[in-house]
Amino acid sequence: MSMRRRELLKILGAGSLTLLDGGRPARAYQDAEPPVSPDTPAVLVDTVACIGCRKCELACNVENGLSTRTAAEFDDTSVLETSRRPSHDAFTVVNRFRGPESESRVWNIKLQCMHCVDPACASACLVGALRKDPRGPVTYDAWKCIGCRYCMIACPFQIPAYEYGKAVQPRVRKCVFCASRLAEGRTPACVAICPNEALSFGTRQEIIDAAHTRIQAGRGRYVDHVYGEHEGGGTSWVYLAPVDFALTGLPELDSEPIPRRTRTIQHGLFKSFVPPLALYGLLGLIMHSMRNGNGDTSVGRSDESR
Amino acid sequence: MSHGEHAAPVGGRFFSPGTIVLAALAAVGLAAYLYRLVYGLEAATNLNNQYPWGIWIAIDVASGVALAAGGFTTAALADIFRREEYHAIVRPALLTAMLGYTFVVIGLLADLGRYYNVWHPMLPSMWQGDSVLFEVGICVMIYLSVLYIEFLPIVAERFKGRVNLPGPLRILNRVVNSWLVVCDRFLGRFISLFIIAGVVLSCLHQSSLGTLMVIAPTKVHPLWYTPILPLLFLLSAIAVGFPMVIFESILSSRSFKLKPETKMLSEIAVYTPVLLGVYLAVKIADLTLRDAVGYVFDGSVQSIMFLVEVGAGVVAPLILLASHRVRASLAGLFTAATLVILGVAVNRVNVFLVSYRPPYAVKTYFPSLIEILVTVGLISTLVLVYRAMVMVFPVLPGERKAAPAALPQETSERAA
Repeated sequence: MSMRRRELLKILGAGSLTLLDGGRPARAYQDAEPPVSPDTPAVLVDTVACIGCRKCELACNVENGLSTRTAAEFDDTSVLETSRRPSHDAFTVVNRFRGPESESRVWNIKLQCMHCVDPACASACLVGALRKDPRGPVTYDAWKCIGCRYCMIACPFQIPAYEYGKAVQPRVRKCVFCASRLAEGRTPACVAICPNEALSFGTRQEIIDAAHTRIQAGRGRYVDHVYGEHEGGGTSWVYLAPVDFALTGLPELDSEPIPRRTRTIQHGLFKSFVPPLALYGLLGLIMHSMRNGNGDTSVGRSDESR
Repeated sequence: MSHGEHAAPVGGRFFSPGTIVLAALAAVGLAAYLYRLVYGLEAATNLNNQYPWGIWIAIDVASGVALAAGGFTTAALADIFRREEYHAIVRPALLTAMLGYTFVVIGLLADLGRYYNVWHPMLPSMWQGDSVLFEVGICVMIYLSVLYIEFLPIVAERFKGRVNLPGPLRILNRVVNSWLVVCDRFLGRFISLFIIAGVVLSCLHQSSLGTLMVIAPTKVHPLWYTPILPLLFLLSAIAVGFPMVIFESILSSRSFKLKPETKMLSEIAVYTPVLLGVYLAVKIADLTLRDAVGYVFDGSVQSIMFLVEVGAGVVAPLILLASHRVRASLAGLFTAATLVILGVAVNRVNVFLVSYRPPYAVKTYFPSLIEILVTVGLISTLVLVYRAMVMVFPVLPGERKAAPAALPQETSERAA
């Protein structure tokens, strides 16, 4: 119990510290976290440059064979007005957002999996069906999946969608960063089709540098904030916006990786299995000493407590 | 252990007006369960991409696990802390835990999209040590096995030397009998190892069930979101253990017209206000340190549910059970125990459903008729199976009656 209590106290300490300092990294368990590689692929979404043509939605639909919708259906831009979410048959959607003084101007924002540097969905997945590919994408292996949908609880961007309609072999569905195209050295389908350079592809370092350069060069066209540089521990898809990001619909997140706390607790409780084994030993000791203390001889079955 | 000396199968008829109602609910629940398997989650539930978890997780799994905590708390009290006088409640609590966890798994299977893959976490190639759910899954799997092992001596006590299988199976009588004898002998020596393992495994997964929601800091309401959720889950599970035993003991003594164990129940009820007090103190300290007290009285659905959970489910039974008069009366014990049980169940529903506020939700989740029928059906089936089990096995306190011997009695009674 003493070991266990010490671990628990450590967790309590770490937990309250993270709360008190507004979610800045608690130093204790950083070693368990994947390092941010500046070389992983990333995409910059420039919402000022996006014209809302939905070509990215079309390309995604074709590349992933998602639905039987025709190319013409993707020309209909009236759907931009409704706030859509990525779903099992649309891994990316473009939504419209307005500036602070309503009616003034509208912009478009493309949504898809953010491919977090330290993804909560992969940390939550109990069988490793969702995992962070060291080359960047967060991929999904349907064969491993048991369909618990804990990834959907964990994702702060509400991205993984489920095939609820299927009675057998339902899958978690989301953008996988066109992992097979990346492996062939090609860019994702949506980036390749984008006609207006609203989507730029590169290494994460290049993309973040480019984003800051655009902010400087834009002289007021953008707010000075690269969404995804730090949010939730950093994402592979980062955004530029002309107005405060609260208006874009992206969630407000601090820089703490979402899965850090659960990982801290799990690794604290199971450090080399010492805490559970210590508890086992302690209970065995109590059981043994209680028998001797009571001088009770009627417990024939419990002779071999250790 | 000599729990069995004063336990006996309960006599009487299985069916009563109450059990017929339960059987009807169980049958409807089974139909609803099959409907879900055939037509899928979309047809059967109100779950969607914003609300991936509903009452099958919050009630069947989370509350189910918490309310089965009587199994490990009584084992700890009677077997580890050697309070031999409480052995009469160990077997009913063990049976409750064994059936409770079995039905947790059955309920979970309804919710899993690929229920036939439920064994995947056992494959080392799929182990994922960062995942809280992985630990919960593995612990529950092992603990369920431990519970079945702990129940084996009761099976042996009932059937050793009188195995009498029907029809052509009777050629197996001798094999089954010697298997029972071997198990009983082995467990007679080593049962303590399993009992301690059961307590450790319970502490681990009862707390980790709380860690589950720690991964969603932006979605869980601040009244419940705290990094010490695992500690709160463990403390509340420990606190609900004895009330659950009291609740069941009073119900079964009424149902089977047995003499209620009032004295023993009021003795174990002494622990409950202390355990509830510790839980409440940690909960209040946590709310204060996190500056979340303001949310308690803001009038939202969450604040009302929080007040119900803590007021009716923790504070009220704490005050009731602190009184000697309440503890000495069956009605008082039953009322307070019921409040604690409902309080913990409401807490689990609060943590997993009421507190869950996903971004971009169009409408809030409310369970579908099928979801409710499955949950009610599972609970009804559990009660029926419990009733059948105590009529077959020596679980509840009572004098042992001589049973007709089919095989020559083995003389392997070792207990002095």
